[in-house]
Amino acid sequence: MKRLVVSLALAGLAVAAVAGSALAQGAAPQNDAPKGNAAHGKKIFADYGCWQCHGYQGQGSNAGPKLAPNPLPYDAIYRQLRKPRDRMPVYTRATTSDQDVADIYAYLQTQPKAKTVADIPALTSVQP
Amino acid sequence: MAEDTPLKPGRRGFLKGAAIGSIAAAAPAIGAAQEAPKPAAGSAARAGGGGAPRPAQPVSIGAESTARDEGATYTSCGGDYMTDVLRSLGVEYFAATPGNTFMGLHEAIVNYGMMTAPTLRSLTTMHEEASVAMCHGYAKIEGKPMACMFHTTVGTQHASMAIYNAYADRVPIFMMTGVALQAERRPGGVDWLHDATDGPAMVRDFTKWDDTPASLTHFGESAVRAYKFAMTPPYGPVLLAVDTQMQEDEIPGGAPKTPAVPKLPRIVPPAGEAGAVRELAGLLVKAEHPVIVADRVARTPNGLKLLVELAETLQAPVCDTFNRMNFPWRHTLNQSTRQAVHLQQADVVLGLEPGDPFGLANRRDKDGGVKRFLKPEAKVVTISSVELYPKGNYQDLQRYPSNVDIAMEADAEATLPFLIEEVKRQMGPKNQFEARGQACAGWHKTDLETNKRNAVFGWDDSPISMPRLSQELYEQIKGEDWSLVSDTNFQSRWPQKLWHADKHHQSIGGAGAAGIGYLTPAGLGAALANQKHGRLSISIVGDGDLMFGPGVLWTAAHEKIPILYIVHNNRGYHMEIMQMQVIANRRNRGIDRLGIACGIDNPNINYAMMAKSMGMYGEGPIENPKDLGPALKRAIAVVKKGEPALIDVVSQGR
Repeated sequence: MKRLVVSLALAGLAVAAVAGSALAQGAAPQNDAPKGNAAHGKKIFADYGCWQCHGYQGQGSNAGPKLAPNPLPYDAIYRQLRKPRDRMPVYTRATTSDQDVADIYAYLQTQPKAKTVADIPALTSVQP
Repeated sequence: MAEDTPLKPGRRGFLKGAAIGSIAAAAPAIGAAQEAPKPAAGSAARAGGGGAPRPAQPVSIGAESTARDEGATYTSCGGDYMTDVLRSLGVEYFAATPGNTFMGLHEAIVNYGMMTAPTLRSLTTMHEEASVAMCHGYAKIEGKPMACMFHTTVGTQHASMAIYNAYADRVPIFMMTGVALQAERRPGGVDWLHDATDGPAMVRDFTKWDDTPASLTHFGESAVRAYKFAMTPPYGPVLLAVDTQMQEDEIPGGAPKTPAVPKLPRIVPPAGEAGAVRELAGLLVKAEHPVIVADRVARTPNGLKLLVELAETLQAPVCDTFNRMNFPWRHTLNQSTRQAVHLQQADVVLGLEPGDPFGLANRRDKDGGVKRFLKPEAKVVTISSVELYPKGNYQDLQRYPSNVDIAMEADAEATLPFLIEEVKRQMGPKNQFEARGQACAGWHKTDLETNKRNAVFGWDDSPISMPRLSQELYEQIKGEDWSLVSDTNFQSRWPQKLWHADKHHQSIGGAGAAGIGYLTPAGLGAALANQKHGRLSISIVGDGDLMFGPGVLWTAAHEKIPILYIVHNNRGYHMEIMQMQVIANRRNRGIDRLGIACGIDNPNINYAMMAKSMGMYGEGPIENPKDLGPALKRAIAVVKKGEPALIDVVSQGR
């Protein structure tokens, strides 16, 4: 019995280690889209330099894709921050906590629906 | 020195003349007191016969100095001849920050070149880098060199980055330095500091050719030769180190003995070998998915027309790097926004003057990894003049392109007529590529609609978004004969995504070597070229670039060159912020301190006030996007009256 308890405990540690490893490698926390503070997210979106490539409102540029409005699922954003593809800087927990990520995501979610092309004469006048 | 530049009292060192004269006045006693030692018996015979060396002898100060005869006047001078040589080459403008090593030519241009036809106009700059970059922009519009001049040491050192930009961008520039070759005629002090025995060596790695003429005849021949080399593809900057005294002195024998101005031949650029052209045409005609990648192809307006003709003949997609105005932005075969997709599907890729032929087939990731994205069976053909004139040291050739199957060493624009003719001959009268062209038209339309939809994001935001800036500007200029005399990379290429442009002068591309400080002066040089054509010149210039040489604004105002500068004011060295962000985050240090390294704020710079201080129209900072259109309208009205104007727009990063 004691041996079984020890085995289970070791197994638990192993699972925990695997889970920790997965998190370290960019797996999202289990609670998708955790509650975030959009106001703080707006601040750190600027402070942490997200705007440099994605624009202050997440509209995107040739240095980084559009993030808002209608952001990608939280898991995708989280993974890209922790283990980025392409030219994206890495944001580990040492610089950007899980709560920070949640706050940034909350900010992106608050971005209003954009105008349409039809609302903007300078764009409707663009013809092939 | 050569026979036609005998030692004569020079005119330089004017301000020091009195001091030197004082020294000279005191000096004769020293010289007179020192009696030259008599040569040892038999020494003259040995010296004449190649025996023992001639013994050293003290030289009197009087003998080694060249006191200026301030009262002497003359009616001919080397500078006038040099001016005539420049004019014979069609050089219209001469830019310089003045310096005493080239006053002899500078004075000649001001008092002779500017006063007699055809005029050679002198423009005053506030940095040698600005002089060269102005020539750079001018050449990209006018298709020929403008001249500039600077000191052989400190001037060349200042100018060097702009020279490297021009070299990497394959642009012709006619540069000269002033150098006092005769040491005994240098008054002293600064004059020695401003001289070097081989000043051009400093930039020889990235100039196409240089020479140090030893006579006026030599100057004439080397000037014409330099021009010829500059204008033979691949174009490039050339440099003559011109003796100060030769500029200043009277022409030996007076005006009647003025050397003839050598003849410039009609320059015929190198076209591709006929067999290779035939083989390439065969590949293109048989290809299912040919792709044309255009880099520095259209040296002239005709290059644009030829590329359109080739693309339309083949109904082949054209992907433009935008380093030149190669292809109309709204042509249905313009597929620049989907270059990666086309290259992945290509069976034949034609790279025209590619700056990075390796990149035609391979993509590098941020860690230096390389992945080939072309299909294994795809053929790659390049037509490039760059390898006709290779140089070592500077790594502007990019990685060796082992993916290339045929490297046609020739000028692409000169080769296009033969290639078009051969393609038409091989494909016959039937248009067999119509479906391909229709597909491209559909993609182009789709991409345009996508770009319009993407432009709406952040439309009303402050700082102002790049598509908003781009379209507010286009609304004001689309009815004009406009010329965008700046690169658009830092504006996310929004003009190319949404504007109509089909004229060669409507876009001039970037710096060449990505050397910052190019945009502001190069734009002014391009605007100078546009001025006589009555075009509206627009430059969207970064705040970081502008601050490398804000004195350019004074030159714009002083010379009354009409140009609209729009400051893309993102208050930072933005590219570097992004790059340092990557490094800081890899070290888990965060980026909150990077403003220390890369920000241009605290305090914010008031660019409109800066412009006004230099005598030009300035407005801003504009932060509300609703204010942008009216501000642009006011500024353009100023420019259309023939003056420069500046609008400071607080903008998103890109």
